[in-house]
Amino acid sequence: MAATAISLMVGVPLAWVLARADFRGLRLLRALVTLPLVLPPVVGGVALLLVFGRNGLLGQYLDQWFGVTIPFSPAAVVMAETFVAMPFLVVTVEGALRSADRGLEEAAVTLGASRMMVFRQITVPLAAPSIGAGAVLCWARAMGEFGATITFAGSFPGRTQTMPIAVYYALETDPDAAILLGLVLLLVSVVVLITLRDRWLRGGIAP
Amino acid sequence: MTPSESPGLAVDAEVTRGPFTLRVAMTAAPGDVLAILGPNGAGKSTLLRAIAGLTPVSGGHLSLDGVTLDDARTGTFVEAAHRPVGFVFQDYRLFPQLTVLDNVAFSPRAHGRTRSQARATAEVWLARLGLTELAHRRPADLSGGQAQRVALARALAGDPALLLLDEPLAALDARARLDVQSELKRHLADFAGPCLLVTHDPLEALVLADRLLVLEHGKVVQEGTPAHVARRPATEYVAKLVGVNLYAGTAEGAQVALEGGGSFIVPGHRERGEVLVALRPSAVVVGRTPPDRSSVRNIWPATIIGLTLLTDRVRLDLQGEPSALVDVSPAAVAELGLCAGDRVFLSTKATDLEVYGPRSPR
Repeated sequence: MAATAISLMVGVPLAWVLARADFRGLRLLRALVTLPLVLPPVVGGVALLLVFGRNGLLGQYLDQWFGVTIPFSPAAVVMAETFVAMPFLVVTVEGALRSADRGLEEAAVTLGASRMMVFRQITVPLAAPSIGAGAVLCWARAMGEFGATITFAGSFPGRTQTMPIAVYYALETDPDAAILLGLVLLLVSVVVLITLRDRWLRGGIAP
Repeated sequence: MTPSESPGLAVDAEVTRGPFTLRVAMTAAPGDVLAILGPNGAGKSTLLRAIAGLTPVSGGHLSLDGVTLDDARTGTFVEAAHRPVGFVFQDYRLFPQLTVLDNVAFSPRAHGRTRSQARATAEVWLARLGLTELAHRRPADLSGGQAQRVALARALAGDPALLLLDEPLAALDARARLDVQSELKRHLADFAGPCLLVTHDPLEALVLADRLLVLEHGKVVQEGTPAHVARRPATEYVAKLVGVNLYAGTAEGAQVALEGGGSFIVPGHRERGEVLVALRPSAVVVGRTPPDRSSVRNIWPATIIGLTLLTDRVRLDLQGEPSALVDVSPAAVAELGLCAGDRVFLSTKATDLEVYGPRSPR
């Protein structure tokens, strides 16, 4: 949930930048944003560990200066899941913004709207269906996330253990519980897909 | 006088969009309704976009009521959002997610008014344009004419100093167009600032505007009152719009030799060298034989290549030196037994030939 919220806050403006801005390095930024889609999640987890780990690039300073250690904490779960799931939102929203009607934004500008007002009152509401769809996709991906999470956040029951990780462990100790958890996940996924299908059919999402 | 001292709009600018360059020098005083007429791709919309600040000028400057909006030399550029300009787009561009009331309230909101103040302002404008009962509808539920009025109300609600209308009636069907046209004329007359109206329909320009500006290939080819433009069209395109025959030629005394062959004799026109000659289709007389009156000196043979019935008259398309479009009554066609391929004699009085100086200065 937190991962989805962060993805929304960072992802929507990021998608706007990708769809609208034009500067050097834009292609690199786009490649970086979509990288987690391609990267095996475990590798992503390793990368996060290298950067934010206690001896990592940024992690060592966080630890020395602020006494903050991210890995194997609930925050790490959120980070790992955001890292893996956000591209789904960004790609969906970017597509929608690209195919959106620039004319309405122009009209808003001639009526005296500032850029912020145009973004909040025109761009976002018009892209709302895609943002919603992107958020649900993002959330679904975050919920199913396994590799990056277990690498970066580990599996401490009640602290960093996520549903899929719980299923994995339960399978080794208590197969019945695993099946139950699995069914819950299946149910949730089906509900999400049913709500989303409508939007897909109506073309709310550009690929 | 520098343009920035005069009230109203002053444009002396160049706008480049890809391979296309628009070069325009024009002014519009408060209260003026100026129609910008031209074929597709002439740069009409580009001019409006530059004035609204949606496209920056690449040379020259733009000013409104003495305030420089855009100046390529000094780098001054007032953002579109900060220009006191109301823009009615061809496709209206109403915000689909907002009600009519909130669409109209958008501009007051953008100018920092509170929601209730903005709505109050919007209600005043809706009432003025007779839209009060539509206030809570969404744009998708409006007819074309209604959407057009909402777009106008929305542009006016921002209290602009200049109004720009891009083909305001183009998206309407013929029936709605007439209604909206007369109403639009009323609202434009009420508007205090200058108003620029882009159109490719000459009738719309004649009805709505005090002055015409004709653009072709990114250049101003003619400017003047509708009457002047209709009498002395400067280019083939304008002549076609206003429905007259136009010939380019060289004047030598009373004799005007035409570029496409043939000549006219027009005493007392006082022009020399390159001239244009305009001839109304209704000012030409068609006969089976040359008229024998000596007072008519412009007589030439021609072949009918087409006949078209226009409500109460028949337009003949004639090939000769020069070729011409000629209007005659259906009765005359019957009496003379005219049909395509026939050879006839055309004649016109010298007083019906409008001879004027070379193409207007660029």
